[in-house]
Amino acid sequence: MGMPITVEVVDDRVGDTAIKDTFDYFKAVDEQYSTYKPDSEISRINQGLPRKQWSKEMREVLNLCKKTKQETDGYFDIEHNGKLDPSGLVKGWAIDQAAKRLRKRHIADFYIEAGGDIQTWGLNGDGEPWRIGIRNPFNTREIVKVIHVSMSGVATSGTYVRGQHIYDPHAPGKPVHTVKSLTVIGHNIYDADRFATAAFAMGEEGIKFIEALAGLEGYMIDHHKTATMTSGFQQYVA
Amino acid sequence: MSESIRTTKKVLLAVGILVVFFAYTFLLRNQHSSPVIAPSSLSSGGNTSSSNSSNSGGSGSSANTASASYKDGTYTGSIANAFYGNVQVQVSISGGKITNVHFLQYPNDNPNSQNINQQATPYLKQEAIQAQSANVNTITGATFTSQAFVQSMSSALNQAKA
Repeated sequence: MGMPITVEVVDDRVGDTAIKDTFDYFKAVDEQYSTYKPDSEISRINQGLPRKQWSKEMREVLNLCKKTKQETDGYFDIEHNGKLDPSGLVKGWAIDQAAKRLRKRHIADFYIEAGGDIQTWGLNGDGEPWRIGIRNPFNTREIVKVIHVSMSGVATSGTYVRGQHIYDPHAPGKPVHTVKSLTVIGHNIYDADRFATAAFAMGEEGIKFIEALAGLEGYMIDHHKTATMTSGFQQYVA
Repeated sequence: MSESIRTTKKVLLAVGILVVFFAYTFLLRNQHSSPVIAPSSLSSGGNTSSSNSSNSGGSGSSANTASASYKDGTYTGSIANAFYGNVQVQVSISGGKITNVHFLQYPNDNPNSQNINQQATPYLKQEAIQAQSANVNTITGATFTSQAFVQSMSSALNQAKA
């Protein structure tokens, strides 16, 4: 997966073990699901590993991918050129699993962030809901929105590429990518991430898809620097 | 119907079929040709080559450009999959250095996204984005370096190596 991971636990009694365990878990997920590691299970599957040798966990993850594809009318699809790449689901799924592991240790207040996707539980060090900034896709040093969440998953889909070299070969001068970023908030990061991924693939219609899904709210930023939000998004704003 | 009219009709029909045939082969040829559409800023004397293989594997770490030297020219990277679409870059080298990077393919460049929500949607609130105070616990955002970008870029630079 190759991305930075941050874990913050608000609990003086918690030793380093809980946090080390979380990082070890992500490392193991990477070893299994990274398409950039030729020895990972997914790479070996793409190289022809017989189905009966696939691990139970891999089968479960691939099943979740299949279900997500159905739920998103095919906009979420892990198969490309005959190869499988489940990373669009694995990121949120892994954070969700890692959060469950911390919960099992009775840790009440924490967040896990991996590649810009976040799962929070409880309250921050000030005893308040976690304050999460939404990055400005036009200036990644800036924040354009602050949301306050307690037990939520927050995922952002998008690609930030600096300005003038993006173009559409079929329509020179017309911007190719009209949605710059889409942030989705849900109860768990697994749902927020996979639906953010699918919704982003839908372009400007994606925010309507999120609006239609119960329990998910969204904030879409387009190339005009205009943000569109779902009707329940305001509850997360101070 | 007179003889001459019938002959004219036959000639017209034959010409029509030939026109359709040539148009078809012309279209077919265009489909199989390189997806590169040269922008006007393409540096002259460039050697463009493209390959249609995606996911050429390789490690996820970023391409190390510091130690390699590159031949001048313009190189088209492989088409790499960025999950929700393809990324393909074209890299220009001048004086041994990268002077330009163009995106030939970019995810979600299909303007005809389907509306899967059949119901009428309520009006959604909009606002102009504005910089906020950065007093936050953490930040959500898309990761800047797309692995597919790195892949296509590496492929282009591999072709440029002296």
